[in-house]
Order: sequence, then C-alpha cells, then structure tokens
Amino acid sequence: MNTVFGVPIQALFSQLLVGLINGSFYALLSLGLAVIFGLLNVINFCHGALYMLGALVAWLMLEHFGIGYWGALIIAPIAVGLFGALIERTMIKRIAGLDPLYGLLLTFGLALIIQGVARNYFGVSGEPYEIPPQLTGGRNLGFMFLPNYRAWVVLVSVLLCGSTWYVTERTRLGSYLRAATENPLLVQAFGINVPRMITITYALGVGLAALAGVMAAPIYRVNPLMGADLIIVVFAVVVIGGMGSIFGSILTGFGLGVIEGLTKVYYPEASSTVVFVIMAIVLLLKPAGLFGRTA
Amino acid sequence: MTARVAAETRASVPDRAPTRVDIRSLRLPIAIMIVIALGAPFVIYPVFLMKMLCWALFACAFNLLIGYVGLLSFGHALFFGAAGYLAGHAAKVWGLPFELSVLTGMGTAAVLGLVVGWIAIRRQGIYFAMITLALAQLFYFFCLRAPFTGGEDGIQGVPRGKLFGALSLDDNRAMYFVVLAIFLLGFFFILRVIHSPFGQVLKAVRENEPRAVSLGYKSDQYKLIAFVLSAALSGLAGALKTIVFQLASLDSVYWTTSGEVILMVLLGGLGTVFGPVVGAVVIVCVESYLAQLGGWVTVVQGVLFVVCVLAFRRGIIGELSRVLHRPL
Amino acid sequence: MRIASRLLALVCLLPVAALAQEKVVKIGVLNDQSGLYTDLGGPGSVIAAKMAAEEFGNKVAGMPIEIVTADHQNKPDIGSSIATKWIDVDKVDAILDVPNSGVSLAIAKIVADKNKVFIDSGAATSDLTGKACTPNTVHWTYDTWALANGTGKEVVKAGGDTWFFLTADYAFGKALERDTTAVVQANGGKVLGSVLHPLNTPDFSSFLLQAQASKAKIIGLANAGGDTINSIKSASEFGIVQGGQKLAGLLVFISDVHALGLKTAQGLQLTTAFYWDHDDKTRAWSKKFAARHGGKMPTMVQAGVYAGVLHYLKAVQALKSDEDGKAVVDKMKAIPTDDPLFGKGSVRADGRTIHPMYLYEVKKPAESKGPWDYYKLIREIPADQAFRPLSQSDCPLITKK
Repeated sequence: MNTVFGVPIQALFSQLLVGLINGSFYALLSLGLAVIFGLLNVINFCHGALYMLGALVAWLMLEHFGIGYWGALIIAPIAVGLFGALIERTMIKRIAGLDPLYGLLLTFGLALIIQGVARNYFGVSGEPYEIPPQLTGGRNLGFMFLPNYRAWVVLVSVLLCGSTWYVTERTRLGSYLRAATENPLLVQAFGINVPRMITITYALGVGLAALAGVMAAPIYRVNPLMGADLIIVVFAVVVIGGMGSIFGSILTGFGLGVIEGLTKVYYPEASSTVVFVIMAIVLLLKPAGLFGRTA
Repeated sequence: MTARVAAETRASVPDRAPTRVDIRSLRLPIAIMIVIALGAPFVIYPVFLMKMLCWALFACAFNLLIGYVGLLSFGHALFFGAAGYLAGHAAKVWGLPFELSVLTGMGTAAVLGLVVGWIAIRRQGIYFAMITLALAQLFYFFCLRAPFTGGEDGIQGVPRGKLFGALSLDDNRAMYFVVLAIFLLGFFFILRVIHSPFGQVLKAVRENEPRAVSLGYKSDQYKLIAFVLSAALSGLAGALKTIVFQLASLDSVYWTTSGEVILMVLLGGLGTVFGPVVGAVVIVCVESYLAQLGGWVTVVQGVLFVVCVLAFRRGIIGELSRVLHRPL
Repeated sequence: MRIASRLLALVCLLPVAALAQEKVVKIGVLNDQSGLYTDLGGPGSVIAAKMAAEEFGNKVAGMPIEIVTADHQNKPDIGSSIATKWIDVDKVDAILDVPNSGVSLAIAKIVADKNKVFIDSGAATSDLTGKACTPNTVHWTYDTWALANGTGKEVVKAGGDTWFFLTADYAFGKALERDTTAVVQANGGKVLGSVLHPLNTPDFSSFLLQAQASKAKIIGLANAGGDTINSIKSASEFGIVQGGQKLAGLLVFISDVHALGLKTAQGLQLTTAFYWDHDDKTRAWSKKFAARHGGKMPTMVQAGVYAGVLHYLKAVQALKSDEDGKAVVDKMKAIPTDDPLFGKGSVRADGRTIHPMYLYEVKKPAESKGPWDYYKLIREIPADQAFRPLSQSDCPLITKK
C-alpha cells in the first residue's frame, strides 16, 4: 500500500477532497467580506453574526411558517440583506470618511449585540435542521463516501464565486462600484447615485453571508455562536488573499480548506491555528496579501 | 476633490490629535485620582479595586501605542497573558519573591514585544493589526499545548509572597497599596515618556511620517521602542494580575482580551491621559454589576462599542476635556 | 449612672441583634450562562436550587435562605474572582454547580481555603474526588470515571470491542479518553487509534473519515457539548452508522439530544445519572421544573443541583449552623442521601456522592411518544459499581489514613 508520510494514498485523497469542500465554504463566506472591503473599504466584523442570522432565519421559517430549505435559500438572504442595508444606512454611513478601523470597531460591536441577543433567546446548543430530501444520501467514490449535500455546496460556491468575480471585474456595474470607492464625487458628478449603490453593495455582501448561513444550516448546527468561531478565520482568508481582491479571497478560501485538510491528517490539533501561521508568513512576504493592492 | 486630497483629509485614528499637554496643568486631576485611590480600599472590596488597577495599567500601556503612535494592535493580549504566565510560574515553581516574579513577567513581555514589534512594525494600518492578531493567536495555541501553562486549567495557586521579603501580601489591603504604587509608577512613567523629546518625535511620526523621515528621524526605530515600552507595561499589568488573583489562565492570551482593552481605551478616550483609567474602571464595573444578568453582558459591551464609535468618538475624558476646555 | 448602665446594656445587645439579623444561609449558583454549557446548567440550575429551598419553606434552622447566581463564562479568572468576592464580601456559604473542570478545580481550592462548602454537579473531572479532593468538596452527579465505566464497559460487553476515539484536545477530553481506554482494555477490547481535535470544531468530516478508515466497530466521542453534537451530525451525514460502525457518546446531555433531533441521534448509547422520565417521582418533579423553565426538561446537572442543595440544607438543619464548611460537609457525609431524583445513596469520605447510574439508548423517531421522550433504558448500574472504588483513589484524605 502506498503511503505519504505514513498516511495511505487513498485516505489522503479523501482528506484532500473534504478539505476542498470546506474550502469552498470558506470561499463563499469570505466572498461577501471581500466584496464589502474591496468595494466599500469597510472592515465588516459583523459578517459572522449575519451569516448566523441567515441560518437562524432559515430555521425560523421552517419552525413557524413551514417554509423549507429551497424557500429559505431565497428568502433568508433577502431578509438579512435588507437588514444589512438598514445597518449601512443608519450607522455605517455616519463613519464613512473616517479611518476604516472605526468601521471595524463599530461592526465588532454590532456583532456582539446580534450574537448576544440571539443567544439569550435561543440558547447555545442549537436547533436541528435537516438536509433537504432532494440532497440526502451520497455516492461512493471508491476512496470515500461523498454526501450529495456537500457536492451541492461546492457547486453553489463555485457558481457564486465565479459570477461575483465576473460582475465586479468585467461588467459595467462592477466598474461603477469600483470607481465609486476611489472617487465618489467624480462618479456622482456623472449622475450615478453613489450612496444608494454603496448601500446596495453592502446589502449584497450581507446577503452572500446569509446565503452561506442557509447552506451551513443542515451540516453545521444552527446556533447563535456559529459565526463567532468562523469570523476570525474568514477574516484571515480575506487578509491573506489581499483585502482589495475578490479573486484573492476565493483562491485563498479554497487553498486554506486544502491546507487545513492536510493539517487534520498530520497534526490535527493545529488545524484551527494553521490559518494564522499562513497569515503571518504571507503578510511578512507580501505586505498587502497575495493579490492585494498595496496599502 | 481628487482622491489624494480626500485621502489626506480622511482623519486617522484617533479622531482628534492629542494636544500638547503641560504636566503642571494636570496636577489637580492627578491629585484627585490619588486621593480617591488612597481612600477607596476602606469602602470598596480591595480585590475588585486591584482588578481595576491592573486593567487601567494595561489600558494606559495600550493607549501609548494607539493614542500617541497611532498603531492599533490586535494582539496585546499576548504580552498581558505571557507575563502573567511567567510571573505565575516564577512565583509558584521557581519560588521567586514577589518583586522578581513581577520583573520576570515584565521582562518576558518586553522581549516578546521586541520580537513581535520587529516583525509587525514594517506594516501599516489594518495589516499591522492583522499581523499582531495572527502572532497572538499563534501564541495562544502554544500556550494551549505547552505543559507548563496548565492548558485550560491555567496555573493555579500562585502564592502572593512577601514584598522585599518582609511585608506579607496575603492581606488584600496591603496588596492593594503595593499594586497602587506600581500602577502610579507606570502611569507617571508613561506621562513622562509622552512629554519628552522622544514623545515629540513620536507625535511627529504619527502626524506625518514621510516628513519626519525626511528630517532624519528613523521612524521605524522610534515606533519599535514605543511598541516595546507598551508591551513591557502591558506585561507589568498582566504579571500583577496573576499575583493578585493567584491564577494565570488561558483567556488572558485569547483575542477577546485584546478586544476588551481596545474597548476600554476607546470608551475612555484615545490619546488622553486619564481616558484609559476611566475606561478601565467603567468597563470593570459594568462587567461586574452585569454578571448577575448573565448573558446580557456581551450585548451591553456591543452597545457600548457602537455608541462610542458613532456618537462618542472622543470618549468620556475626551468629551469632558472638550467641555472644560482643558486637556485631560 | 442608671442611664449609663442602660446605655451599656443596649450597646451590648446591639452586636447580638446585628448578628441575629445578619445570619442568612446564602447559596451561590455559579455556572456558564452565556457559552458552551449554558443549556446543561445555566439558568435552569438556579431554578433547581430555588425549588430545593422551597422544600424547606425558604428557611432552615431559623435562618432565611437566599440564592444568588453569576456567570463564570467558562473562565477560571472570572470564576475565582466571583467566588472570592462572594465569600469575602457577600457572605455566601455554599457554591453550587460550576461546570468546566478548570474552573471547578480553582473554586474547590478557594472554598477549602476559606472553609465554606462546594457542591459541584456540573464538572466532569474525577480529580475533584481524586488528587484535588478537599474536606469541603462534594462531587455530585457524574465524573469521567463513572462515564467511562458505564458506557465503556457496557458497549464492550455488548460486542463493541474495537474502538477509535475522537478526543477534544483539552484536559477533560483527554481524561475521558484515558479512563475509557482503561475500561475497554480491562474488558478485553482494543483501541485501534484516536485523533485529537481542537475545541469548538464545527466540522468533523475529516476526523470521521479517519475513524471510518480505522474500521473500528465503535467510535468513541471523548468530547462534550457542541463538539459532540457536531460529531454526531457529521457522522449521520457521512453514513457512518449505515456503514456498520456505532457511535458511543461518552458525555451526552438531554439538551444535546434535543438539539440534534431523534432522526440524527437515534441509536446513540450514553450513561447518565438522571433521566426525567425514569419513574413517577422524577416525572413529577421534572414537570414542575419544566413549567418554570420554558418547557425544557431538566438535565442531570440541574437535577444534581436540586439534590445537592436539598442535602446541604438537611445538614445545616441538623447542625443548626452553616458557619463551619468542613463540619457541614462532614454532616453531609454522615447523613445518607435520599431525594426523589437520585433515590437513596450517600456521600463518601472523598466527597463523591454515590447513587446509581443508568445506561440509555436514544430512541428511534417512531418509538417516541412525544417531545422529550428520547431515551430507553438498557441497564441500571448499581451505586456500588458505578463510581471509582475507594481502593483506587488518589485522594489525600483517603490515602493519608
């Protein structure tokens, strides 16, 4: 039997695949964050809490309105996105001209509030949420059993990442958004409603987070603290990828999943810390991240 | 307005530059602070007061970095906690007396400050914050696994020891006055640093680094020295805290501790002299009184963050100083 | 002269009057109310304590009973400063609950130093009645030894003789793995491997794959709370149970099963000290509890708080005082325990409360007749076999004799 450092090749492949799946999840989650920072220069620390809200809304819809997964997939991002727009309008706009670190502190405070309130009403053990019947089961790939739902997550993630990148980098809407951050007054002089675009962009980023939350609900628990554990990792992903670059965070998300997967095989206790090792190394070699615009 | 002008007019952290403060004008507030501190242990539980003093010292050390140098570090828990562990280990396992244990902790923090600072100083803004966070989390992981830290049990049963071999520190009031003396030493040291030629260079670097460099000042070296001072004093606070509570635990090195000290300084007033002290006192009181409310503490902390950033950027002391028209 | 002597008499009476007014039996419930363990103890433990006080009419030996509570947030720092303040300033006489082994060890030391009473029903570490035992500590409900012995032994005897562990990388997880490994090997089983995972891991797919590859018949979950729930959820997704392997949850609370749902948790075997639906007495009490706790049935931790407070109050009543913590605990060890929740038992010399433990299996959804009807009994483990025997104890109180 062939082994790589003591691990059989078959097992290694299965771990890499699992890592890739997790990576697609990281990429999806960091996408919203990258959009918000890349286009709006806002360090959105409440991204994790909004992701949790997406999952929570999905569960609430099932409990109280009987609306299942497919409905939640559409409604939850819209609902949470609207909430995001509200936050942007009432609070984030007020600190727009200041150092982005104030945005970080503000959104950090918001995250504490959202999570604290959710926790006081729903407890911490979480609520059960089932995988929708159309996606249960899996197929045996020979070296491992791949649940259908996880394959679905990869599919959605790749689609969304691809289309978001395309919209921001290749379409006119994307170029308006990018111009608006660099020079809002000039863009406004051209007749484009910059404040509204910024609100919409923020809402879109938040919606992406909520969508990731709905996708997570069946496989991770729906619990008020689910965002808190992930936010630091997602942040690290965006920073490593380069804070202005959407492509960077997508690539880093997938990459981190794979590296974490390898770590889980060879040194599992370190699997939640390896992201910081990478972040430290990358920032030392490339100060603005892998693909970032220099600060 | 071009992008360049817009970027230049964008305010930097903190919102308002600290004005030149004449130490003599601070005599009255300092006197008030000392009088309150001397009388307090007879009215309020001394251990609670000592907790405030340790955090206040930590907050002052942190304020040195963010208020006067303009660098936001997300990893100061590293110094606070590392010093705590070393001081605890020194007192319990090596049997060192109080002063030496505290100095061991402080020295450890200073060395770590040199290492982290040297790595991180090259970066600016959010990248500086992220590197400090990454290094702090790595250190957390190290503490989690290293046997000498006791993992999540921490180092328990750290003896209080005797001051200079003579005064037993097991009595809470005696310990309090020792801690108060050390806090005041640290406080005045920071005050002196700010009002020295060194402090003026720091201010110049903060206001306009390219210009300072063009005048011949090696800005990186100045920033590094300030960073090490901030780390060492944070370590002093952490070492004191371990001896007071006789416990060194893992969450002193977790990133939420870094977040707490940021909140304290923000609430008190960035770049003010008394801001960090007031901020620390308020936050410790809020946490203590709300402990009965259990889960709502984090919500209140969140609300404080939001309110401070939106409406109250100058912090308590900042607003007070604006109202009184005198720097505090 | 007369006025002076009258004044003198009054003055002499004052301290006595003050003392008489001051004496209150204060009980502090210290636990996690905002983090990982909120649902196993949390506010529910406070309700349980209040219910026990009410059994005495809120007064014992002429002194009113007062219950205070605080959130230690799973931090030894915060836990010790609350405990110190409670005892020094607020005159708390007994501290209850305290989940999280690290915090409980710190509290045990503080309470012993200040000669008060510590009744822990939330933490798992068997060190509380082992090398860290004190004359002021009583450990109720469960510990790592009892869990390992219950689930481990039963599962091996039923044919699960090869094991693979998923262990939480901290003291509790490792202790649980160590104790269970000893039991498995003593009963003729083999441990094929184990993997350490960081605390609070959301995704277990990678670790479960390793467990699957080991082909062990039993996958032992040496973790708790959110990690256990996540492991079980991922296992069901990856078809572990369908593939022929079984999961053994070494520390599972009814709140965890409730969060998982029967569809995912069915077939899981677990050891517990208390189940609300065990008999008429437990049912009656639990229904009263649930009415005050938002319809949620009690966990064994909360039941332990009730029983602990009840027994404490009995001891205080017999002694007519609560001043000397060690004396109260000695009384608690002298009086046999008897309450509707744990039945008849006793508190041993090392502080360990002896009562039966039970091995349950989670029902299939079809077998459940209503909400919270989750367990079916496999076997009762009699009190004298459930806990680590004194002969194996490393408690200084025992070994010094």
